[in-house]
Amino acid sequence: MALSSFDFEKPVVELEQKIENLQAKESTNPEVRKELEGLEEQLEETKKQIYGNLTPWQRVQLARHIARPHSLDYISLLFSDWMELHGDRTFADDPAVVCGFAHFDGAPLAVIGQQKGKDTKENLARNFAMMHPEGYRKALRIMKLADKFALPIVVLIDTPGAYPGIGAEERGQAEAIARNIKEMALLRVPIIVIIIGEGASGGALGVGLGNVVLMLENAWYCVISPEGCASILWRDRAMAPQSADALKLTARDLIELKVVDEVIPEPLGGAHRNPEEAAKNIRVALQKHLAILTKKTPKQLQADRFAKYRAMGVVIEN
Amino acid sequence: MTWFRKEQFTVLKAPQLKDRIPDGLWYKCDNCLNILYIKDFMQNLKVCPRCNFHARLNADERIAMVVDEGTFQEIDTNVLPTDSLKFVDSKPYCERLETAKQKANMTEAIKTGFAEINGYKVVIGVMDFAFIGGSMGSVVGEKVTRVFETALDKKLPVTMVCTSGGARMQEAILSLMQMAKTSIAVARLSEARLPYISVLTNPTTAGVMASFASLGDVIVAELNALIGFAGPRVIQQTINQILPKGFQRSEFVLEHGFLDIIIHRRDLKKVLTNLLSYFCLDQNTRLKGKAGKGADVIEVI
Ligand SMILES: [Zn+2]
Repeated sequence: MALSSFDFEKPVVELEQKIENLQAKESTNPEVRKELEGLEEQLEETKKQIYGNLTPWQRVQLARHIARPHSLDYISLLFSDWMELHGDRTFADDPAVVCGFAHFDGAPLAVIGQQKGKDTKENLARNFAMMHPEGYRKALRIMKLADKFALPIVVLIDTPGAYPGIGAEERGQAEAIARNIKEMALLRVPIIVIIIGEGASGGALGVGLGNVVLMLENAWYCVISPEGCASILWRDRAMAPQSADALKLTARDLIELKVVDEVIPEPLGGAHRNPEEAAKNIRVALQKHLAILTKKTPKQLQADRFAKYRAMGVVIEN
Repeated sequence: MTWFRKEQFTVLKAPQLKDRIPDGLWYKCDNCLNILYIKDFMQNLKVCPRCNFHARLNADERIAMVVDEGTFQEIDTNVLPTDSLKFVDSKPYCERLETAKQKANMTEAIKTGFAEINGYKVVIGVMDFAFIGGSMGSVVGEKVTRVFETALDKKLPVTMVCTSGGARMQEAILSLMQMAKTSIAVARLSEARLPYISVLTNPTTAGVMASFASLGDVIVAELNALIGFAGPRVIQQTINQILPKGFQRSEFVLEHGFLDIIIHRRDLKKVLTNLLSYFCLDQNTRLKGKAGKGADVIEVI
């Protein structure tokens, strides 16, 4: 199946097509085989050239690629015995977030994952991974279960933001996010947050407070989407590429700002080009951080979280 | 000039009001557009006597209105903003900061300090919408956090008077992280069983509402304040339908269970005093007969 591609990927796609066409001929002609080898070399170079120099805006586009692996893809690639649990016990179940328990390398843990759809139909059902208050409350319910039974929590972040709708406001979206942040700070178990795609605003932070925060290479994380920022500050959504530059929202930027602890590499061209490889890289990072964090006491875990976020922000003090 | 009907309120000094009041004797209400005699408007704490519209107070006016005269001791005045991301949209952020300083006559969107409210010692934070829409960047986050830390250290209650359009976009991810920093500070105060009263004024939305403003032990709101997460315009654009009447106003938010009490501005000090009297069991913070006349405080000592 051909993956849909972006304008900036055109040279790669064209080369890939040429190669595919030549291969289809199954020619034993040495001339053709030589041409094929040349094209493959050229393809590797072009890929390195394009994917090695992605602009922030291009990464934002990759992070939104419809074929990009989403939470449930990684859950099935990383964990065994996954069982999803539903509902916030107060109002409803929110399909924009999946919550449950699973085994990782044989040990149980809780998993919270913001869930986008594979197509328009599923996206509508999952509200494009834009959570409602009941989603934050469901997530907190499961995280408190994890806390009660001393299980680590893995959170997969992938949301264009909290949902700006009437019901969300009626049911106290702001309160739900604020409470989650406060309660997550106090949990006595390790929390590992991984931004796998989009991480926008309170919609992401509402389940995103962690002992460590990891981020896939092409994911983005910010207080607002580049389009949202462009329409407010530039009064023009078309300025999104400029706004993406200014917002410092890439994984590398966030390492410098000490908001993210580690960048998890993606296969060349993005996680959708090889989900298994992306999952393998996540597995390595998870193993490393779980090994460190599960050795800490509940008090230490809490204190680490307090200290981590206490240090964030830049002020001048005369 | 006498401002307030009850003695428990501190009288605002005329110079503090100068900036906000148009020249002359008349003031046009932003809401009902009635022309008001300035003296009536001011005596009514900048609330329109005709329609009860609560006009904005700046931080100094709010402090003068809520705390006992001469008791406000500002802290952390040396914590100042910087353009650490070198953010440029149509204007550089550092220029916007300079303009805001001139316009609001503030160094940032909040003033914090020690104060007494009818004799109750508190640590207080008062936000000011005139400074880039009361938005929360690193400095607001830092000063709010220090309010809670100071209170924790001195075993004092906290009062925050909030007004904010949300996050300071020019500080990008750092402004988002202030939601985490301030909420954790609230959590720590709460664990120490010290009271925190949050006062929501028009407007309190987005990042501030989704962090410390929503986390008060008691949440008080002024009449008809805009309170919510997403702004009404964003919601309208998203769902493409007319918003219900009174949507995201104090009365609507209380009906849905997210506010404890809605008050007219003139009752704020009394309400705060009562709440402090219920929760301040520590002798140090306990009222010692200093309540002004008319303060409905139960004296226990
Ligand atoms: Zn009026």
